[in-house]
Amino acid sequence: MSKVSKLIELKDITKTYFLEELSVPVLKGISLEIEQGDYVALMGASGSGKSTLMNILGCLDRPTSGDYFLEGEELGRASGDKRAMIRNRKIGFVFQSFNLLPRTSAIENVIMPLAYTAGGLSAAERRRRGMAALEQVGLTERAFHHPSQLSGGQQQRVAIARALVNRPPLIFADEPTGNLDSKTSIEVMEMFSALNAEGITIILVTHSDEIANYAKRAIRVSDGLVVDGGFK
Amino acid sequence: MNFFNTIVTALKALKRNPTRALLTTLGIVIGIAAVITMMEIGNGSKTSVRTTIEKMGANTGLILPGWLRRGGVAMGYGSRVSLTPADADAVGRECPSVLHYSPVVRASTQQLIFGNSNWVPQQIYGIAPEYLQIRNWRIAEGRSFTREEMESNARVCVIGATVVRELFGNVSPIDCELRIRDVSFRVVGVLHPKGSNMMGMDEDDVLLAPWTTIRMRITGRKTGTASSTKSTPASKPSELYAATGVALFPEPEASLTTDKLLIPKFTYIDQIVFSASTPAKVKQAEKEITALLRERHRLRPMEDDDFRIRNSSDFMSMLNSTTLLMTNLLLGVALLSLIVGGVGIMNIMLVSVTERTREIGLRMAVGARSSDILKQFLVESIILCLVGGIIGILTGHGAALLINYYLKWPIESSPGAVVAAVGVSVFVGVVFGFYPAWKASKLDPIDALRYE
Repeated sequence: MSKVSKLIELKDITKTYFLEELSVPVLKGISLEIEQGDYVALMGASGSGKSTLMNILGCLDRPTSGDYFLEGEELGRASGDKRAMIRNRKIGFVFQSFNLLPRTSAIENVIMPLAYTAGGLSAAERRRRGMAALEQVGLTERAFHHPSQLSGGQQQRVAIARALVNRPPLIFADEPTGNLDSKTSIEVMEMFSALNAEGITIILVTHSDEIANYAKRAIRVSDGLVVDGGFK
Repeated sequence: MNFFNTIVTALKALKRNPTRALLTTLGIVIGIAAVITMMEIGNGSKTSVRTTIEKMGANTGLILPGWLRRGGVAMGYGSRVSLTPADADAVGRECPSVLHYSPVVRASTQQLIFGNSNWVPQQIYGIAPEYLQIRNWRIAEGRSFTREEMESNARVCVIGATVVRELFGNVSPIDCELRIRDVSFRVVGVLHPKGSNMMGMDEDDVLLAPWTTIRMRITGRKTGTASSTKSTPASKPSELYAATGVALFPEPEASLTTDKLLIPKFTYIDQIVFSASTPAKVKQAEKEITALLRERHRLRPMEDDDFRIRNSSDFMSMLNSTTLLMTNLLLGVALLSLIVGGVGIMNIMLVSVTERTREIGLRMAVGARSSDILKQFLVESIILCLVGGIIGILTGHGAALLINYYLKWPIESSPGAVVAAVGVSVFVGVVFGFYPAWKASKLDPIDALRYE
């Protein structure tokens, strides 16, 4: 057993969409490994199956066949509720379009995932964790601002705080800088690097080489297959 | 997600669009308000009917003599002479459900004279003292007459407010002597005013005296008027029940029939009024009386009753059924408007689900199970309906108060209707909120997140 354990292990994952009588294979047998504390850029042209792979990795979708181990637990065939629990506890999502709730303060947005955490936390504990997450992204003084009162970069940082609030081992960032200017992009990417330095595994989905350079390694997907970087 | 969190989340979601929430719930507000107003008005009229009848005596009944059939023509109630004072006493003695009883002898259209004034009251009743208890009638001034006065044919009377006004003006009538024809009566009491009854008759235009006195001194003489019943000629039962030809009672001694100063032992009365211990027992009392009187009158099983019992609850149920019909009709319309309100809720919830597709996708992505989403939207619609229901209850109560104030309709608030209204609004929330909530919970998070 190696010192750095495998966080993610994909074995021969396929995904086929069935459109009436037509079957469209999108992933054609993907195997890859991602270790704890890694920083991976998932790259590929549009239509390459990159998004589908990300959905499966993020437990939003199920593979047609193959095994998906997250921290040694097989999730490819897990039930919807089980996958919801995994998303809540182990995975944080950062989206290109921030996806913050409108007319809702930053702190309320950040602590929203905690409401779905099994067992339940007290309101005070949730608020405390939310403020800690906001502090991590440097937005403590903006806690009670609504998204419309924040800049794009600040909104993305609120979204990152929301991803961090349940202290997941894994964060997905789907084109996190797609809606930001280059200056704020750099700020956001430096924040991901800092988080990675704290030991959080980050999977960055992008098509930009410039952004991919922040990652430690890149996995390239083309036509439903991993063409480069599936294993270290 | 625990229940409290679900409610908080739903409230926050509703707070993001308060105007829409308020407009959405308007249908429920109007529906519930209509229900509450209808219920309060319905209850109010029911109560006012009940109090009117209770004023007349809700637990009372009236025994009337039966009718005579002469050549195939029924002559109507009272045409037969079948009730005796002994019947009345037996009713009081032998029927356990009967609380009070009083024989009634009617002597209407007799002129009352006091000094220079005269007045013909609508009713002159000969009664027992219990009559006042049966009719719920209080004495405003003076006293009622006693049983001893009744038994001694005392010439005392109690008069109603109208008679006082017409005969005495502003003078207190107590201890004054008034005359009915040539018999003078001492006024011992004045009745508490009752106003007119449901038929519009002035109930205070009345003189009450011991029935013995009326029977023996007023109507017991041949000069009785058409509406008063006649008596004395038949001082022997065999004369009364001539048709049967059976000696029902020992024949009175000859001295009784000849000596006019003595009261005939056998006489009859026009009605018997009675009260049961509770309104619910009136029917029971009726059964007991029927059995008793059939036995006393020696009726064979196939023979019709020679008397007839009427009670106030029949009248009450007739009136109640009318008001109930109206209330139910209006309640139906109100419930219909609740359904319309519910459809409005469903409509807006569906819009809201579509509008918040991305939010739903996001919530699922961060760990909401589909049951959490279902619960959240269901609770939102229930809260909408519940808030609408509460506003509706207040509005409805307010409307009822306004109607009471301006139209003087009787109203009565009804806690049952409030509980039902709350129940109905929750029910409407669940029924009409379920489909949108179910639709939300079935969204695919990937598609939902991408939804523009």
